[in-house]
Amino acid sequence: MSKNINSMMLKRQSAEKRFRFYGQASLAIALIMLVVIISSMTYRSIPAFTNYGLNLNINLSNENISQDNINYRRLVRDNISLLDSGCDDRKCRKEFLRLFSSGAAYELRDTIENDPSLIGKDFSKFILFSDDADLFYKFGIDNSLPESERRLNDREITWLNGFKELGLVEKRFSTNLFTNGDSREPEIAGVLGAVIGSLLTILITLIISFPIGVLSAIYLESFAPKNKLTDFIEVNINNLAAVPSIVFGLLGLALFINFFGMPRSAPLVGGCVLSLMTLPVIIIATRASLQSVPPSIREAALAVGASEMQVVFQHLLPAALPGILTGTIIGLARAFGESAPLLLIGMVAFVVDIPGSFTDPATALPVQVYLWADSPERAFVAKTSAATLVLIFLLIIINLAAVILRKKYQLKW
Amino acid sequence: MKKLLKKITFIVSTISLITLSSISYAEDQIRIVGSSTVFPFSTAVAEEFGRSTKFKTPIVESTGSGGGMKLFCSGIGFEYPDITNASRRIKQNEYNTCSENGIRIIEVKVGYDGIVLANSKKGSLYNLTTRDIYLALAKEIPVNDNDLTLIDNPNKTWKDVNAELPNIKIEVLGPPPTSGTRDAFVELAMDSGAKSFTALKDLRSSSKEGKAEFKRIARTIREDGSYIEAGENDNLIVQKLEANPNAIGIFGYSFLEQNSDKLQGSNVNGVEPEFEKILSGDYVISRSLYFYIKKNHIRIKPSLLNFAKEFTSEGAMGFDGYLADKGLIPLSENEYEEVKINIINLVELEL
Repeated sequence: MSKNINSMMLKRQSAEKRFRFYGQASLAIALIMLVVIISSMTYRSIPAFTNYGLNLNINLSNENISQDNINYRRLVRDNISLLDSGCDDRKCRKEFLRLFSSGAAYELRDTIENDPSLIGKDFSKFILFSDDADLFYKFGIDNSLPESERRLNDREITWLNGFKELGLVEKRFSTNLFTNGDSREPEIAGVLGAVIGSLLTILITLIISFPIGVLSAIYLESFAPKNKLTDFIEVNINNLAAVPSIVFGLLGLALFINFFGMPRSAPLVGGCVLSLMTLPVIIIATRASLQSVPPSIREAALAVGASEMQVVFQHLLPAALPGILTGTIIGLARAFGESAPLLLIGMVAFVVDIPGSFTDPATALPVQVYLWADSPERAFVAKTSAATLVLIFLLIIINLAAVILRKKYQLKW
Repeated sequence: MKKLLKKITFIVSTISLITLSSISYAEDQIRIVGSSTVFPFSTAVAEEFGRSTKFKTPIVESTGSGGGMKLFCSGIGFEYPDITNASRRIKQNEYNTCSENGIRIIEVKVGYDGIVLANSKKGSLYNLTTRDIYLALAKEIPVNDNDLTLIDNPNKTWKDVNAELPNIKIEVLGPPPTSGTRDAFVELAMDSGAKSFTALKDLRSSSKEGKAEFKRIARTIREDGSYIEAGENDNLIVQKLEANPNAIGIFGYSFLEQNSDKLQGSNVNGVEPEFEKILSGDYVISRSLYFYIKKNHIRIKPSLLNFAKEFTSEGAMGFDGYLADKGLIPLSENEYEEVKINIINLVELEL
């Protein structure tokens, strides 16, 4: 008999051990996946965080110019030509110029506009190489290929090696990535426009979906009569949470843009569309956390004569707040990473200027990732990974906020 | 706790007020929609235009040629786009919709785009004819040149298609049916391949129904796994080709140009997919790219005409312009002159 019990015990214990092992194994797999994704993204994004350039002497002293009549493009071109290219025909000079970023002239303009006292002086300015030259310094080039199949020809390679031997080439952290809007030139393209667009959009989503979601959940949970109609509404809310996001984009196009006449590509419309998507999530989360407040709290409050509304706002809501905030933030995080509904309302667009208000044309971070992934220039491959990292980083911050808020308002029963 | 709720309410109401009061339209900002093939060129011009003039940088959306036309032709006013890009010419019904809404159009031909069939340099170079392409990719093919009896495409390897080609399984990665590149590819490559069959050629010229039947036979791509729809993202196709040296990918010339160290473009009808060959029209799978300006908007948006001039300037669209660097095949000199004159005289399109 005791032998029998022992063997049964053993069996149960080993079943438990196995179960624990399965649990640990799945956790390990999940962690490994996460590590693989993040590390491969980080690895691929490394080239995007630096840029090669050289310090170019800008000669402004012996010229009779004022701020208004500077032709910056010419200025950069003339000063680049002072570097010894050994060119004597137009084609050669053009190839030489092509090694440098086409944004150099505009960066020089910004420098001089910020500090007009530079006019009349000689100074040196760091200018970037173009994407092909930049990739050459980062990865080298396969010399075994015939000249016509390389992005740089022999002459260009000789120049680039020459700069390096002269010690002119300098590697710098790419601030452009964080301070610029989108661009077609990989070396000057940045995510700032997209980050701000995303934040403006999410703010609108929060403003619309949080109060509406919480209030409708409270009404449904505490005040609404239980009948066919409220059942029907409830079923619909639960279904809405599972509707594919592109459908909300279609709805947004028909409702906000075509009917209300709101501007296309604006964070205002993006926020409205995403809030339609986030609303059911917030309602469901709020109802769940209201339900999880122990009934004794409600009964005690009612027993000492509180009105229904006082019970809800002074007792239930504060107790349910951590759950509500978590639900809201998870809903927002989902909206933050969404790009499909934005396609239809015109936010999948090339926007250079950094949006300054809710109605300025803007794009969002996931859209930026998509646009860069679709660009032919090879330097955008690294940029795509870098933008993805920024997106992941922002999502981590949002989730961190959820954890902190939950900790702060957590009540123990 | 109460404090927090009050705070949230306060913030929410303040921001809502700010938002509501700031609704206004950007008056003189150009809005461009349309083809994803023209997108890289249009954005390059937009950026240059925004930086080198006092005007705002135009907003360029990638909606596809058809989607762009629909938006473009729906009306006049600030809420409608000013320009639409297209990787094909405007269709008669689209033109009619535009006219019904009172829209007058200026057509600008931008240049050409070659569609290439390329594979990894690790694999062998293919010498294809359009007939080979048709035989390899069509869903149904005729049994022989003079017989219109159709059979399901039995070809498994390139050698089955043409004895001179290598004995390698047919694996072609290409765009899905929603893509303009796919439309152009079937129209240019598959049609021409199908026409090499006498029976199909006769069918095409027989009657209207015959022509429709020809189109169906020529343009339906097989679905048995030999043609793999690889999505709209050409970069993804490029990456897959690197991983699989036997596969051939179909995409725009600019992607081949950017990856010329890793990929080789197959010859089509004995012609290499090179800049000069596409320019001269010797390479057959190439299409024209366009953009259409809403003439009605020129008066209300002063920047519109300036943008069109920047796009058609020598520095952009010309032979040595920055668009050629981005992979656009420029127009011939005569065509280019015509485009410039059209812009200066604001010549309306009549269809």
